[in-house]
Amino acid sequence: MSENHQHTHIVPLSVYYTIFAALLVGTALTVWVAYIDLGALNTVVALAIACTKATLVVLYFMHVKYASKLTWAVVSGSVFWLLILLALTFNDYLTRHLLTYG
Amino acid sequence: MSPETSAAAEHHHHPALAHHFDSLAEQNEAATLGMWVFLVTEVLFFGGALMAYSIYRSWYPGAFASASHHLDVTLGAVNTAVLIVSSLTMAMAVHAAQLGERGKLKAFLLITMVLGATFLVVKGFEYHEKYVEHHIPGLGLPFDYSAEPQFAATAQIFFSIYFVLTGLHALHMIVGLGIMTWMYIWAANGTIDKDYSSPIEISGLYWHFVDIVWIFLFPLLYLIGRHASGAH
Repeated sequence: MSENHQHTHIVPLSVYYTIFAALLVGTALTVWVAYIDLGALNTVVALAIACTKATLVVLYFMHVKYASKLTWAVVSGSVFWLLILLALTFNDYLTRHLLTYG
Repeated sequence: MSPETSAAAEHHHHPALAHHFDSLAEQNEAATLGMWVFLVTEVLFFGGALMAYSIYRSWYPGAFASASHHLDVTLGAVNTAVLIVSSLTMAMAVHAAQLGERGKLKAFLLITMVLGATFLVVKGFEYHEKYVEHHIPGLGLPFDYSAEPQFAATAQIFFSIYFVLTGLHALHMIVGLGIMTWMYIWAANGTIDKDYSSPIEISGLYWHFVDIVWIFLFPLLYLIGRHASGAH
């Protein structure tokens, strides 16, 4: 960390307004698409929109785009551990019907 | 705040600078990292609850779609928008704090709190509607799902998960309102200034995180199988 560097990166308000608009569009989109029959893809699309919105909030509203590498590592770590939680549990529950015991 | 008397020649320390940090920049970095470490535990906390949701939804897709149709999409969408606006005003509060604009900071914190309270009031109306419709499982309350008796038992699982997830989220909102009140006091009494905006920044991280949780809860709870017109 350079000592002369300003201690906080001040994000321009125009960036906040843009992200805000994108989040509202995403909300409208997720409601609109829920009424269209995409079969199993409905859930995938809903989660894709939610993940995109969450990423925008994390990067811009939560300033991670401008944060130190250490903060990046911790934020990525949360996603990584969440994926372990989901993947290993689904690995059990969603494959039980493939095997029969006894 | 007593002025520095010992070292008149040196630049005096900011009153908020703790003695174990060399600079406010270093202190801010540590505070940001600390809040993020806490948020990692929060991700896994809500992640575990969403894991339970996922498993039960994969087991009882019909009941989940049916019960989800009893939630009010309009109120859910309005509340999503309310939280997104509150995230914008929170970001603008951080911006005002970083520029040392105390009046704007106080105004944006207040607007953020009003929006947070609005969310909770709307949620309260939704909960009340569930009470009136007899869609609250447990607590000795009557549960009525006679329109689709085949889901009478499994719909209770959906509503149990609905109340746990939205209840935990609402609890986080209430804690957030407490933090914002605290930050408002610090903004008003001058603890927060241009060089010491990090309490506002890390409170903002918490507020945005709670918004993100709702960004996932809204489609997962309210919008299951909405395209199917068969069930309600």
